[in-house]
Amino acid sequence: MELYIALKIIWALLLGVLLSGLAIMVGMDMGVGTLLRFVGRTDAERRTSLAIIGPHWDGNQVWFILGGGAIFAAFPTLYATSFSTFYVVMILLLFAMILRPVAFEYRSKVDARHWRASWDWAFLVSGALPMIIFGAAFGNVLQGVGFHFGWDGQYYQDESFVWYLLNPFALLCGVMALALAVYQGGAMLMIRGMGDLAARARRFAIGGGLLALVLFAIGGVWIRFIKGFAFTRSVDPGMPATPLGGPAVVMRAGAWLDNFHTHPLLWLLPALGACGMLGGPLALLARKPVLGWWLGALAWIGTIFTAGGAMFPFLMPSSTTPAESLTVWNASGSAYNLGWMLGFAVVFVPIIVTYTGWAFRVMKGKVNPATVVADDHFY
Amino acid sequence: MIDPTVVNLSRLQFALTALYHFQFVPLTLGLSFILAAMETVYVITGKPIYKDMTLFWGKLFGINFAIGVATGLTMEFEFGTNWSMYSHFVGDVFGTPLAIEGLMAFFMESTFVGLMFFGWDRLSRPAHLAVTYLVALASNLSALWILIANGFMQDPAGARFDPVTMRMQFKSFGALVFSPDAQAKFVHTSIAGYVSGAMFVMGISAYYLLRKQHREFAARSFRIAALFGLVSTLAVVTLGDALGRMDDLVQPAKLAAMEGLWHSARGPSAPWKLFALPDDEKQRDAASIGIPYVLTPLVAHEWKTTIPGIYALERAAKARTVSGIKAIIALKSFGASHDPAALAAFRKHENDMGYGFLAQRYAPDQDLSAITPALLPAVLAKTARASIPNVFVEFWSFRIMVGLGVAFIVVFAFGAYYSLKNELEKHPLVMKAAMLAIPLPILACEFGWVTAENGRQPWTVYGWLPTFQSASSHGIGYMIFSLAGFVLLYSLFIAAELYLMFKYARLGPGEHTAQPKPLPVPVRPVFGQPGYAHKPWQ
Repeated sequence: MELYIALKIIWALLLGVLLSGLAIMVGMDMGVGTLLRFVGRTDAERRTSLAIIGPHWDGNQVWFILGGGAIFAAFPTLYATSFSTFYVVMILLLFAMILRPVAFEYRSKVDARHWRASWDWAFLVSGALPMIIFGAAFGNVLQGVGFHFGWDGQYYQDESFVWYLLNPFALLCGVMALALAVYQGGAMLMIRGMGDLAARARRFAIGGGLLALVLFAIGGVWIRFIKGFAFTRSVDPGMPATPLGGPAVVMRAGAWLDNFHTHPLLWLLPALGACGMLGGPLALLARKPVLGWWLGALAWIGTIFTAGGAMFPFLMPSSTTPAESLTVWNASGSAYNLGWMLGFAVVFVPIIVTYTGWAFRVMKGKVNPATVVADDHFY
Repeated sequence: MIDPTVVNLSRLQFALTALYHFQFVPLTLGLSFILAAMETVYVITGKPIYKDMTLFWGKLFGINFAIGVATGLTMEFEFGTNWSMYSHFVGDVFGTPLAIEGLMAFFMESTFVGLMFFGWDRLSRPAHLAVTYLVALASNLSALWILIANGFMQDPAGARFDPVTMRMQFKSFGALVFSPDAQAKFVHTSIAGYVSGAMFVMGISAYYLLRKQHREFAARSFRIAALFGLVSTLAVVTLGDALGRMDDLVQPAKLAAMEGLWHSARGPSAPWKLFALPDDEKQRDAASIGIPYVLTPLVAHEWKTTIPGIYALERAAKARTVSGIKAIIALKSFGASHDPAALAAFRKHENDMGYGFLAQRYAPDQDLSAITPALLPAVLAKTARASIPNVFVEFWSFRIMVGLGVAFIVVFAFGAYYSLKNELEKHPLVMKAAMLAIPLPILACEFGWVTAENGRQPWTVYGWLPTFQSASSHGIGYMIFSLAGFVLLYSLFIAAELYLMFKYARLGPGEHTAQPKPLPVPVRPVFGQPGYAHKPWQ
């Protein structure tokens, strides 16, 4: 049983790593997509912006796919329940995510103003919308979601999706995610862009980073007044993975801060996030975009692990049937499965990081608009 | 209560998005290896025409690849959004190959595809060739893991149902990965992709040859594609035969439906139906033409075996349903009480629990404990009937797929023969056939998918979880919203895709060969050497 608990905790941490990878890499591309129409005034500037992430967006996007696959395997009940309860927003997210690859590949293949302008709008929507949804999903999960389970493990939804779309805390999280994405995308445009393009990207990125910092602070205060979830008695972390017949759970304002009170070291997580959000814009002001990019990554990691640290071991609490809340203990895969998956992750994640780094190094350097416009193999 | 309309709409949406996605996958699988082959010739011989070929076919590959990736996203997420019970039930074992696919294959494919398109001027020739090979390898590895996942749906090996967690739990990685069904299907499907890629290249090359454009380019492309296609088609047919024998053992109902076997086939003289109009309502053929002494040797590769027909399979299903109903009632009681006696009762009927789930749909209020002895025969009859896939669809999708496969052998054989003899231009008919055949392998792949997945019905996990039980409990409004969105978006995409494909195919490779390449090719001998800052424009 000890091994099973360790595996559950490791996979909860890996979930954080995956979400961070997703937020940093896909967020960067979505930030560029969002900024495309604002930093690129001419077609050449827009094509240059796309060429900057052109060789990488496809690989980056796999974080999103891997995230889906890993949650499916490591936390099957979480995957089944969350994707279904958030149906409308998940489908909107999917629409945006499938629009984007097509936009990259098709936009510059036809030299007509309306064609390209339409795809530029597609970039804006498919960049901004998923980030807002990504953040808002976090915001909703922090407040608990209305669902319960049938005897056979089928989930039933107790709330309408309108609540998920339109609630102020979720919107705050959504805008914050978009602000961080704009920051990350702007930093990348500064690293590889030149002239006006880089100058405009810098202004947007600094604004995005600072906005994220403000929203992060507001969220930190707000969370005291939101009803968090807590166990009323201790649970066995090695329990079999089923949400049925679960332990007693209460909803209490400020409960999400319990973990920080018991383990004060956790305060380092929001501190790291805030450092990233403050230090990043300062680095960009000092025209050090590479440093700024890494500080942006730090901001994401700090934010995601702050949310995870507050909620642990809850993954998706139920506001209507708190006892059937999904936790790291009751929503995970079997020990056998988690073990095999860990083996694959240990072998392949370093390989992935290595070749991703190599790909970025091969394509390193400023992207010259003249080259982009002259070569029709570019986006 | 499960709403049948929601289940049907979920099925419709999944089928539409899967069939749509599967238009692009075969071409990606096939073209990636053809590109690698062309680039290999370029690197070895140094002849620029082979680089032009790689670039040109690479561009068409890119147009296809983007939309393949985009629509593949839908598939990975649709299990969660629309099949929550399925995801909960098998996520512990089915999610694993999907996650490994991401880790091992899709990351590699997507990272290197960027370098394949954009790295020509930044990588040495051998390094770029390696990148192209990695893309081809990864796209095939990707297919491997996806088909291992699919293989689990067809023949759930390597997992066991656990009554405490109410799901299938992963027990044997080896049994999952080396499931014969998954392995045979992987080879069959990926090689079907090579056939599609080969036909695509051969057909477009034939178009140029007929119009006497880009003749050297087209003749060389034609030859590579024809040879590759001929070998691949022969392999596809062989593997398809292996899959048929697998179904004989694992999914007898699928095999019976594929061959339209209402009655069991005993002995060597049983006829193989060349043509039939199966009537699923009345469970007989409205008309049929059979050839004796073909069926048994064709399917089983021996003379004396008996192949069970649909009537016999329904009788067997009734017996299993009686046992399955007991299993589900015991399981439900164990879930509520954790009573060891209920668990023991469940264990006795465990292997038939899927049939109990299947019967739920026909029980009063979908509650098995409400079935009275008077109602039982009707429930058993309906369940048995439901355990057989639609015979008409299965019979014909299988025949269309096989018929097309045989036709491809003919086209590729003539194409390869005349191409090797350098007599293609004397035989415009062969080239016209090649051109017209461009979309047919993809059509054959789609019919193959229908054969495999319609034949799997009524199960999502063969014998364990019915499709009816698998869907998320959504309202109809949600389903209409998502279906309408998919139809709209996907229609726009296919219009844009076809427009660009035709545009670039018509433009031909000349555009690119005429363009001078101003940038020098830097040699990058050391992997990830630090301090490297190649800026060709400075």
